[in-house]
Amino acid sequence: MADYIDALVEAAEDDVVSLDGLYVTTRDNGYRLETPDKSRDSLSEATLRDVLSDYDEYVTNWYFWSRAVGESSPQRRAFLRWVEGADAEDQSVPARYDALRDGIEREWGQLLVTATLGDDGQRRYELRHVDEADREGDDLDTYHEPLAARQLATYDEKGRYRPLKSGTNLAGGWVFPDLDGRDLVETVETFYPASVPNWYREREGTLDVEHWVDTIGRQTGMYSVVETWNRGDGHEHVNWVAESCCDDSQCVKRREWQYDDETDLDVDGGDGAFPCREPCSLVIAASRKWTRLEGENAQTYEFELTPSEKEQLEAIVDAVADDRTDEIREADVYEGANRYRARFLRAKLFDDDGNLCGVPTEDES
Amino acid sequence: MQALVIVAHGSHLNPDSSTPTYDHADTIREVGAFDEVRTGFWKEEPSIREVLRTVESDEVYVVPLFISEGYFTEQVIPRELRLDGWDVADWDSDGLSATHVTLPAEDVPEKTVHYCGPVGTHEAMTDVIVRRAESVTEDPNVGDGFGLAVVGHGTERNENSAKAIEYHAQRVRDMDRFDEVQALYMDEEPEVDDVTDYFDADDIVVVPLFVADGFHTQEDIPEDMGLTDDYRTGYDVPTEVDSHRIWYAGAVGTEGLMADVVLERAADAGADIGDALEVVRERTRKTPLAGD
Repeated sequence: MADYIDALVEAAEDDVVSLDGLYVTTRDNGYRLETPDKSRDSLSEATLRDVLSDYDEYVTNWYFWSRAVGESSPQRRAFLRWVEGADAEDQSVPARYDALRDGIEREWGQLLVTATLGDDGQRRYELRHVDEADREGDDLDTYHEPLAARQLATYDEKGRYRPLKSGTNLAGGWVFPDLDGRDLVETVETFYPASVPNWYREREGTLDVEHWVDTIGRQTGMYSVVETWNRGDGHEHVNWVAESCCDDSQCVKRREWQYDDETDLDVDGGDGAFPCREPCSLVIAASRKWTRLEGENAQTYEFELTPSEKEQLEAIVDAVADDRTDEIREADVYEGANRYRARFLRAKLFDDDGNLCGVPTEDES
Repeated sequence: MQALVIVAHGSHLNPDSSTPTYDHADTIREVGAFDEVRTGFWKEEPSIREVLRTVESDEVYVVPLFISEGYFTEQVIPRELRLDGWDVADWDSDGLSATHVTLPAEDVPEKTVHYCGPVGTHEAMTDVIVRRAESVTEDPNVGDGFGLAVVGHGTERNENSAKAIEYHAQRVRDMDRFDEVQALYMDEEPEVDDVTDYFDADDIVVVPLFVADGFHTQEDIPEDMGLTDDYRTGYDVPTEVDSHRIWYAGAVGTEGLMADVVLERAADAGADIGDALEVVRERTRKTPLAGD
């Protein structure tokens, strides 16, 4: 404790110490100390030290934020303060310390951060999958190196490649039980690259949101074609893109980009903790395909379906779109997207060339 | 503080695409030559657009993990990094000679960005090709009695692509280490399909000048050379084809020594990397040196 008080007194000699309700400064007649519930003036250094020893939580809190975390990375500092709600004005340092002793939890995408107190006011952070809040740590694989998150973020629960780090399919089964602040941010940034800097810029009011029109407009090469999808008469197509790819069910980022700076999209951007500042590469690659597909003219086809067959086709599209096909039990023939039901539909309605109801895709007349 | 940022293509479909980028970043991180080592991707995250804001350092060395100068190094990467005042003429390159430019970036105006030429055209890349041959044959002295084929895309998509292949093939030839050295291409003559027509040597090491293993290096080239009828069933190393033994090396970019080329690029641009080059050259060696 004496070391922290030494550091604080030394800091107060050079400059005003002011953090989270603690205020220490030098005046001609000695030191002045303020906390939310007490102020003392004209203190000698010895008395100041004596008084500070009664405020050890304020002292270690100051030490943690000014020395352990420091100012070298404003975005890391801001994130760590957000994690424990340090900027909430209605909570004193002792109250925050009480909360930290119990553990303060924050969600970041599919991550759950729990901040607790270590020795002498040092913070320790645990990181795990948000769906595994109640699992025993012993049941989870334990990691300590931030870069271990790279492998954890690469494959989903079924071992399939995750092309989008912010997809909602982060696998669980792991825990980083004891990270310091720097490693916490490194780990979070490995799971969700650039999420902290973008969140920080948003808080500071400097997030460079680039809307659909701008992002598509700068594409070259094979992606320049996407610009031709905008035909100057509405943005419904971009609504569909956002509904397909950017919904909270698909991506943990909160979509802040719109059609252009005057035209908002009509679908919800979601409630994610951190922002999405422009259409990502996956959206652009998918939009290239949609640009091609949407260039086709509609045709009239005639199919004969029973009402239940029509509903079954809708159920199959829904099941694929909602990624529910694996949940439909093998013998659950009451589900339209059940495998046997789908096979029956194909056996009955498809011809040998795979045409629905024998109707060719291209007009053969 | 100085940071290294390795930028690469990445993939939405293939997790192996970014593996070499991460591996080389890890190698360089371990030698401690930079305060920070970051990666950015065209198709993965962080995007090249956002990678600079993940960096704390004020001096940033950006090295593209690409094989040749062209569309990505000249247009896409500078645009996505928002390099202020970028003009490809500043590289003053003949297609092989881009070293670096130093520019501010609109995204992080407080930083200085040293934008380097691609790894594939650096002269040190020749050593990686040779090291790859050593690794695949498990012989640190491979050369005598061996032919070496350096394989590239060809000019269909980028004329500089073939220049890089020819350049390194000639440099390996000049070493006088392998009996024969030949540049081969996927989409033009001389074609990799006919690899055995171009060599007298019984043993031929085939090194594709690609950054990562993927469709071309794992499916196309092995099938084109006749190593296998179906890439999914795999192939032996070496595989006998037309009375030659083909030692197929896979993408050169997966060789550990690639980290050395990344470091060379940053050092050429002014990064202070101490003895990192020597350390990386030794650490990434998989075959024991003669006498070891």
